[in-house]
Amino acid sequence: MTNLATAFRAAPPTAWFGLVVTTLIFFVALLAPVIAPYGQTQIVGPEFAPWSNSHLLGTDNLGRDMATRMIYGARNTVGVALATTLLAFLLGGSAGLLAGTVRGWADQLLGRFVDIIMAIPSLIFALLLLAIFGTSIASLILIIAGLESTRFFRLARALALGISALDYVEAARLRGEGLGWLIYREILPNAAAPLIAEFGLRLCFAFLFIATLSFLGLGIQPPTADWGSMVRDNAVLITYGDITPLLPAAAIALLTVAVNFIVDWLLQRSSGLKD
Amino acid sequence: MRSLAAMILKRIGLGFVTLAIVSFIVFFAVYLLPGDLAEEILGQARTPETVANIRHELGLDRPAGTRYIEWIGGVLTGDFGRSLASGRSIAELTGSRLVNTFFLAGFAATISLPLSIALGLAAALYRGRLIDRSINVAALTAISLPEFFVAYILILALSVKAGLVPSLASVNPDTPLAERFYRTILPVVTLTLAVAAHVIRLTRAAIVNLMANQYIEMARLKGLKPSRVIVRHALPNALAPIINVVVLNLAYLIVGVVVVEVVFGYPGLGQLLVDAVAKRDIPVVQATCLIFASTYIVLNLIADVLTIALDPRLLHQR
Amino acid sequence: MAKPDATAALLSIRHLTIEGRSDSGLVEIVRDIDLDLARGEVLGLIGESGAGKSTLGLAAMGFTRDGCRVTGGSIVFDGKNLTAANEDHRRRLLGSRIAYVAQSAAAAFNPAHRLIDQSVEAAVQHGICARLEAVQQAIALYRRMQLPHPEEIGFRYPHQVSGGQLQRAMSAMAMVAKPDLIIFDEPTTALDVTTQIEVLAAIRHAVKAIGTAAIYISHDLALVAQMADRIMVLRNGRLVEEADTRTMIASPREAYTKSLWAVRSFRATLKAAVPAGETPLLRVKDVTAAYGAVPVLHEVSLDVHKGRTVAVVGESGSGKSTLARTITGLLPPNTGSISIAGRKLPASFRDRAKDDLRRVQMIVQMPDTALNPRQRVRDAVGRPLEFYLGLKGDAKERRLRQLFSEIELDPDRYADRYPGELSGGQKQRVCIARALAAEPELIICDEITSALDQLVAEEILKLLDRLQRERELSYLFITHDLATVRAIADDLVVMKDGRVVEAGSRETMFSPPHHPYTDLLLSSVPEMDPDWLDRTINRRRRAAILTGAAGTAADGAGR
Repeated sequence: MTNLATAFRAAPPTAWFGLVVTTLIFFVALLAPVIAPYGQTQIVGPEFAPWSNSHLLGTDNLGRDMATRMIYGARNTVGVALATTLLAFLLGGSAGLLAGTVRGWADQLLGRFVDIIMAIPSLIFALLLLAIFGTSIASLILIIAGLESTRFFRLARALALGISALDYVEAARLRGEGLGWLIYREILPNAAAPLIAEFGLRLCFAFLFIATLSFLGLGIQPPTADWGSMVRDNAVLITYGDITPLLPAAAIALLTVAVNFIVDWLLQRSSGLKD
Repeated sequence: MRSLAAMILKRIGLGFVTLAIVSFIVFFAVYLLPGDLAEEILGQARTPETVANIRHELGLDRPAGTRYIEWIGGVLTGDFGRSLASGRSIAELTGSRLVNTFFLAGFAATISLPLSIALGLAAALYRGRLIDRSINVAALTAISLPEFFVAYILILALSVKAGLVPSLASVNPDTPLAERFYRTILPVVTLTLAVAAHVIRLTRAAIVNLMANQYIEMARLKGLKPSRVIVRHALPNALAPIINVVVLNLAYLIVGVVVVEVVFGYPGLGQLLVDAVAKRDIPVVQATCLIFASTYIVLNLIADVLTIALDPRLLHQR
Repeated sequence: MAKPDATAALLSIRHLTIEGRSDSGLVEIVRDIDLDLARGEVLGLIGESGAGKSTLGLAAMGFTRDGCRVTGGSIVFDGKNLTAANEDHRRRLLGSRIAYVAQSAAAAFNPAHRLIDQSVEAAVQHGICARLEAVQQAIALYRRMQLPHPEEIGFRYPHQVSGGQLQRAMSAMAMVAKPDLIIFDEPTTALDVTTQIEVLAAIRHAVKAIGTAAIYISHDLALVAQMADRIMVLRNGRLVEEADTRTMIASPREAYTKSLWAVRSFRATLKAAVPAGETPLLRVKDVTAAYGAVPVLHEVSLDVHKGRTVAVVGESGSGKSTLARTITGLLPPNTGSISIAGRKLPASFRDRAKDDLRRVQMIVQMPDTALNPRQRVRDAVGRPLEFYLGLKGDAKERRLRQLFSEIELDPDRYADRYPGELSGGQKQRVCIARALAAEPELIICDEITSALDQLVAEEILKLLDRLQRERELSYLFITHDLATVRAIADDLVVMKDGRVVEAGSRETMFSPPHHPYTDLLLSSVPEMDPDWLDRTINRRRRAAILTGAAGTAADGAGR
């Protein structure tokens, strides 16, 4: 991390593209109430109004301003995805590091449990749980975070196992260091790079996943603006050759591509350093 | 050879245990909800009678263990119970849809598998060159596109603008086979794009890994033709990783199929599942989830057994 | 094929420069090298890591690894310029006229095919002979390489054959097509000494018999001296010195070459005998240990006295590293006891008192993995000061600087670096400082010099010797390298298959009579004498005939 500046300068154009787009969307999400011309649930005109000066992207199926909802959509969709991934990361990551460092029966038990969860495709599992728990934002976040935490668990555990076997961790054990030191001082700093890369990848996944669920009508519920359900609500326009409903989908794609490019760059950098 | 057979049997046994546990999860997940599921489903409009009715339908008024035995017994004999919403037999609901979904997934797999493995191979063999970099960027981009985005772009371009193919993939049991192929072109192309991106990347990684092995360099140092190095030295060792790639491909197909069916109004299991989740028609959700999950587990099982069986180190024991 | 011309060189390399990618951009791996090789001649390439010897060896085949390329000079093989030839042309020479033997046969054989299929592949594919004939040829070579059951061994898969046998099979494979030149790239480095000598003898026997030219690459001078007619010493990609083997051994000219020769001459100062009745600092008594159900140690006992160095010697699988793990408490023994200064220690390190952990420190083989890459060396060395001795602030800083000077690293230059910014030898010094920081009484050194180049290793041994004299430290030195033992050990313990075979002081152990295994071990260490291999093999053959155990030399290596 010492020469971050040189690293940025040497970044390929794809990574630059990723960084710029992500930063841009982040600020749009942060400043949504300031930038947006209308309220996200405010009905401001006729249904399906075309693009105009007062409604840059027209209005939606209920006569709400599309541009406004796009801006709020950034906030809601990205916000939920971020919250979900963060929760999954903390949950799965810490459990995985602990299991991989301590090993023993608790690790075995957790490992089997995760194996079972991962034996079911996550979309299918999520749909089952959503049918039972209902589709509130809270249950959405908890369910997806729960499922996603298994991925972080696996990676964190594998990393901890691998790093624990290295001589410097063994040396720390033999010195008599406690579990806290082993995990936070010896293992975590060396597991950080792949964990962060995985965070990026899983963020993309959670984001696509939530957008997909919303598109299916099972994710973020109306009237909250989000990119997935906006496509669903206005899909009928496509049959008339209007591209407006594709814009939220394009926004989803743009952000995911951007984050993927950044992660790809990070992964290449860290693997390049290893040789 | 005895231990090879033992390993395969062990893996198959493990597969059945997993299936049993998954059926357990699918069934008992209902009991995870704090509070009463029947009241929750009915919401504001509930009356004591309707609640009691739903509780009875879901079997919540009987001991869970007995109910599970009944349910799994029914599943094994092809009886999945009745839909909460329509009262129809679930086996009847899923029958033709199951065929439709397998048709769609199978059609997509026949196109996407060879295509993506070929592209993945090309990227790996020409590592670092222009073709690799372009395949890589394209795959990375395609991974990031939600399936419904791809679907709508295809609809817009090929159906609405060009008028080449129908935008809806409506089929019924009487639709002739040729007509089925024609109507499912767009869903299949969508699935192919979605799946291929993943498989290309996985194949590339697997092959790059393989080609880094010392015995590949040795083969080159023997002055063998590049084609022979690939066919004779890389391929026999690539089978296991490629099988894994194929199975992951199928996993993505299972997920992709749900979305694609909804977009194109294709009467498959995925569409049924999404409808049932929206209506909170629990028995239907449980049945379809079990079918999807079992398919996935069985595919994984087949792949693992093949991987074990094809490992030269295990095949030729000491 | 061009007409063989007895007068012209088989291989002639001129001004060869090869560049390779590394972390710090492009570097020249091979710089302006000239090399000539006559038909039937064996050339030894010697150098430490980073000398460019493997790259040069491959370049002799017209081959460069990914990320490397020839940037200047020419490689002419039998009149054909390989640098100018097209890919297809070069490919036709490989395997047919130039063959390669890799360091790790286990990795270089394809796990999916039988040995015989791989052995005949090059000859058949290049159209040199029919498959049947090639199979006969391969079997003859298996026999010549003294592989057991030459008729059948080829029908096994690589994972069904031991490491020493695989290495011989790989040499046989290289010879099937009757090439004019074979490149041997450290073919015995991965083997134990007692196996190595068998493989060496077999290779030399076969090379002489088929009359091929060879380039023999190694980091071990004594080894190359057995194989080569002429030796080239490389360093950092440049040629240091070149001479025929006997001249080179007898009178090396360059200072660098001389220093390579001198490495083995270091001897630690001998200590006075242990006073009778003294309580040993470490006593290992009847220790039996196992990994799960696999027994590894059988009733092992040894003593280490204050201020002395005990070396535990053995080949891979002898249980010597496991012994270290039981002493530190990483692998609690099933039976037996470990005592420090007469007091029994709990079996597992988890149950030991902090002060007991402090008294026994350990240094391991790979300095790369022994230091946390995300910790500055200051923190690595500082932690024991804080953890065991409670030093903080200025006191800690003073002690830290003192420790750095003791290991001969300038604290101002090195203390704030990360391990990745140090060389292998410097890292190992930091590991020593970290062990010293705990103010231990016993340091267990597990193969601490085997990952280092000889010159660096010698420096480390000298450092350890000085520290021992200054601090009255005791060392338990675990190693497979008898040269290291000869240099530093006061007492010697020989292990085989988890048992102590023989133990005693350095003087008694290095002079006959020996236990038969100790004798085998000692006599298998290559000596700096071109006739050593012949002499040893002949001596063993005579002994074998005398004891009537003929054939054991060929079969014994396969484990």
